[in-house]
Amino acid sequence: MNALVSLQSVSMVYGRGADAVRAIEDVTLDIAKGEFIAVVGPSGCGKSSLMKLISGLHLPSAGKFTIEGRPVTGPLKSVGMAFQNSNLLPWRNAINNVLLPLEIVQPHRSRMRSERAQYRAQALKLLESVGLAGFAEKHPWELSGGMQQRASICRALIHEPEILMLDEPFGALDAFTREELWCTLRDIQQQRKVTVMLVTHDLREAVFLADTVYVMSNRPGRIVMRREVGLPRPRDLEVTYTPEFQSIVHDLRACIGGRH
Amino acid sequence: MIQVVAPLLFTVLLFVLWEAVCRIFKLPLTILPAPSEVFGSLWQFRVPIYDNALVTLWTTIAGFLIATVFGLLLGIFVGWHRTVYSALYPVMVGFNSIPKVAVVPVLILWFGLGEVPAIITAFLISFFPIVVNVATGLATTEPELEDVLRALGASRLDVMRKVGIPRSMPYFFGSLKVAITLAFVGAVVSETVGANKGLGKLMLDAQSAFQVSIVFAGLLVLAVLGIVLYAITALIEKRFTRWAFRGQHR
Repeated sequence: MNALVSLQSVSMVYGRGADAVRAIEDVTLDIAKGEFIAVVGPSGCGKSSLMKLISGLHLPSAGKFTIEGRPVTGPLKSVGMAFQNSNLLPWRNAINNVLLPLEIVQPHRSRMRSERAQYRAQALKLLESVGLAGFAEKHPWELSGGMQQRASICRALIHEPEILMLDEPFGALDAFTREELWCTLRDIQQQRKVTVMLVTHDLREAVFLADTVYVMSNRPGRIVMRREVGLPRPRDLEVTYTPEFQSIVHDLRACIGGRH
Repeated sequence: MIQVVAPLLFTVLLFVLWEAVCRIFKLPLTILPAPSEVFGSLWQFRVPIYDNALVTLWTTIAGFLIATVFGLLLGIFVGWHRTVYSALYPVMVGFNSIPKVAVVPVLILWFGLGEVPAIITAFLISFFPIVVNVATGLATTEPELEDVLRALGASRLDVMRKVGIPRSMPYFFGSLKVAITLAFVGAVVSETVGANKGLGKLMLDAQSAFQVSIVFAGLLVLAVLGIVLYAITALIEKRFTRWAFRGQHR
């Protein structure tokens, strides 16, 4: 099997002893190289914990967790992350925000000083690809929410990570901007063939973007459903109005349940 | 324009009112001298006032600079980790609660009459707000941002350098405004308790000689110096943390 990320019966616990909170229980999933997966579920179901786990920030308490066949023992370095809040540094302009990971990750870190111009060009190209061509020198407060989020995604991609982790990245945006960003993300993934894990509670977003959608249950988070989205790529926003699309969303919704 | 004229007008008005009260009620010079008297003394004794003001200014700035360096370093140390924060905080609060006037006699005992006790008092009184502000700035770093960096393999030092310290700079520069005023208070208090030079000492001497208008002249100089020192630190603050003042620049 050529899984990039492999979780086998993995559980994760916060804290110890009597105070321990079981965040994730018995999760088994594989992410293939270049696959786009989405994790959906009710709030507080441990979606973000799963993300912390896969990025290596928090180690599992039980089960087997490997990346490219090797067990994970600490932060991965080949991960790019973006959150609902863009978390751009307000004292840096857009391009310097995008360059931040290169100042941390080797081998870029030691080359940063000598090859700054080249890195800047690379960052500029990335900003252009998400439609921020003229905004590289702008500070975060001069950008709209959608633009900030685009810059934040650029920051997550600049060091060419193996896995792009997105934790409800479009949650705070209005519906139109959100759909625009769906398309941006779709194009980026298509071009770069990057592996993406998207945590969201927007089912349409999950189905539109992902190859595989996982549904998690309430705490402790278990995977209660795995659904492959067979819709052909490239997908257009129009696809969201087709019966096939609707029926997948419907199935997922039924699986999550809750009172209506 | 109005921002320059309005405070100027108000200040002049205040002096006019003060003069009027003194004249109407015929207040004796030993109680409240009129501004005209005060400015008269200020001019008449300009040389000793100037000499002593320089001493106060230098002790204030020396104490303030030491407090800035020490406060910044201690603030980073305290904000580095929650455990350090909780371990040091009570002691610092306790230390800060000691009225610094009470410490001055001890300082004089150790260092003798002179500028050293004034510098140390200025330092002791002004470093606390700097420490607290820097530590708070560091402690309130967004955990998600920390995750972003840690997921890249950033060390604690990296997180501090790239995020924590730049982020706490507005807090730091903001605290300098408070600290400079406090340092000034510390220096003058120390001079009043025991010194051989400085505005505090000058005013103490004038008071014992019933030269009340000189006391008020000293107060006036203190006020002006206080405004100037505050303005300088406020300017430095704006210069270095423009991004935190973005609302005012748009």
